[in-house]
Amino acid sequence: MAATFQSSLYTSRRRRNRISMGLAYAATAFGLSWLVLILAVLLWEGFSGLSLSVFTEMTPPPGSAGGLLNPIAGSLIMTVIAVLIGTPLGILAGTYMAEYGRYDRLTTVVRFINDILLSAPSIVVGLFVYEVMVAQMGHFSGWAGAVALAVIVVPVVVRTTEDMLILVPDTLREAAASIGLPRSNMIIKVAYRAARAGMVTGVLLAVARISGETAPLLFTALNNQFWSLNLNAPVASLPVVIFQFALSPYSDWQKLAWTGALIITLAVLALSIIARTLTAQRKTS
Amino acid sequence: MSVAAITVPTVTHAPSSAEDLVEKISIRNLDFFYGDHRALKSINVPLYQGKVTAFIGPSGCGKSTLLRILNRMYDLYPNQRAAGQVRLDNDDILSPSQDLNLLRAKVGMVFQKPTPFPMTIFENIAFGIRLYEKLPKSELEDRVKHALERAALWEEVKNKLNANGLSLSGGQQQRLCIARTVAVRPEVILFDEPCSALDPISTAKIEELIDELKDDYTIAIVTHNMQQAARVSDFTAFMYLGDLVEFGETTRIFTTPNDRRTQDYITGRFG
Repeated sequence: MAATFQSSLYTSRRRRNRISMGLAYAATAFGLSWLVLILAVLLWEGFSGLSLSVFTEMTPPPGSAGGLLNPIAGSLIMTVIAVLIGTPLGILAGTYMAEYGRYDRLTTVVRFINDILLSAPSIVVGLFVYEVMVAQMGHFSGWAGAVALAVIVVPVVVRTTEDMLILVPDTLREAAASIGLPRSNMIIKVAYRAARAGMVTGVLLAVARISGETAPLLFTALNNQFWSLNLNAPVASLPVVIFQFALSPYSDWQKLAWTGALIITLAVLALSIIARTLTAQRKTS
Repeated sequence: MSVAAITVPTVTHAPSSAEDLVEKISIRNLDFFYGDHRALKSINVPLYQGKVTAFIGPSGCGKSTLLRILNRMYDLYPNQRAAGQVRLDNDDILSPSQDLNLLRAKVGMVFQKPTPFPMTIFENIAFGIRLYEKLPKSELEDRVKHALERAALWEEVKNKLNANGLSLSGGQQQRLCIARTVAVRPEVILFDEPCSALDPISTAKIEELIDELKDDYTIAIVTHNMQQAARVSDFTAFMYLGDLVEFGETTRIFTTPNDRRTQDYITGRFG
């Protein structure tokens, strides 16, 4: 028995469907076009400046040739230190929230504060570290820069660690408990193992996040025109050099700023690809 | 499949008179609460040494809850509380001073869903052994082999001990979990619906296994499947809405139950 078919209802539904789909496509295209534009300009301007000397020479005075070796080195060192400080803190806090304190009120409070920290403007972090470190020590320093970046790393790692551990099924925890495994062993040997890929992804995302941060470094590590690995003194970093050079009136400095921006973008892209691959592995295993 | 195939020798109405039964675990006036909800009401039941006791009853009657008290699994979660007395030999399981890890070493558990650890087949077994004993490598390998043999899995995995435990089929994973439990050398093994996620062939293998294991272990099994209870158990407890309605030898429960509700359940009138 065929149902009564009201074609007017059907056509109007189809029309509404087409309109909303059209709007969705238009919004996506609008958003993507800016991204493509930014990347295209970045490639266009930055790629031509990419050469070996960028990685072997220091930042030049205006009007002479040079590279970005000191800011690249400074960024790498401060990023590594920030990750070394931030990752253990973040993993321990995330572990507390997902395992030991899952049902505690404190966890709710910590999660709330962590979320605020996660979305806090990074310039606030810069000011904070300026106040507690730079002002106390009396000078800008690489250590202060690394600490400022670590403060940004912590909430990212806390969040991903907690999320990934919560995804580990309780049945696995019960199974571990059922052979008499103490909780700490269960976490380290079973839960971390099951959540490993996701937790590593969190750390990589944190690295990606801090590698472009400028504001917290402006207040802490400042900048350095010369080769210096002394973390008690101002240290150059890619974002700050880009900021300084891009705003300068000298075209060769502007060129180097584009190249620096391209290097950061490619590094973050590489990290994202690694993170994606790891996450995909987790899903298939 | 028939009830008559069960190994209990004679049908007696007074279970303890037939042979010498030792109470491995005794449960007295046990109540259990999820928050304010009383999920178990004054349960009294023994688990006899070297016997298989099945807990049957409709969903939500408290049979899994009861099982999870015997190794204090509920302790992992907040707002869950047991009151009454549960003794393992002469040890008070519910005592706050009870060492939970030692208790769980003595009372192992196999779960509804297979839960291999995210590591190799070998490590899945060796992991538990290393918790309690420091063995030289060759001896550890022997123990792993023995545990896998007890779980009737050795022949299937002996050439891929370094493969991930998760790469096995569901039935194999469940036998791996049984091997993992056996490897720790418990005295009691709790099975919480161990076959509900498995196909009939794997189910038959697990049932065979339970039958073999009962010589060395005291076994409790929760099952939704009455034929399974009839096939594998020596004693059966029927639970309904948090009450233990009837307990007795499996043959008697399935042929001449005393309680009307037991009769209705085993004949499929509700549940």
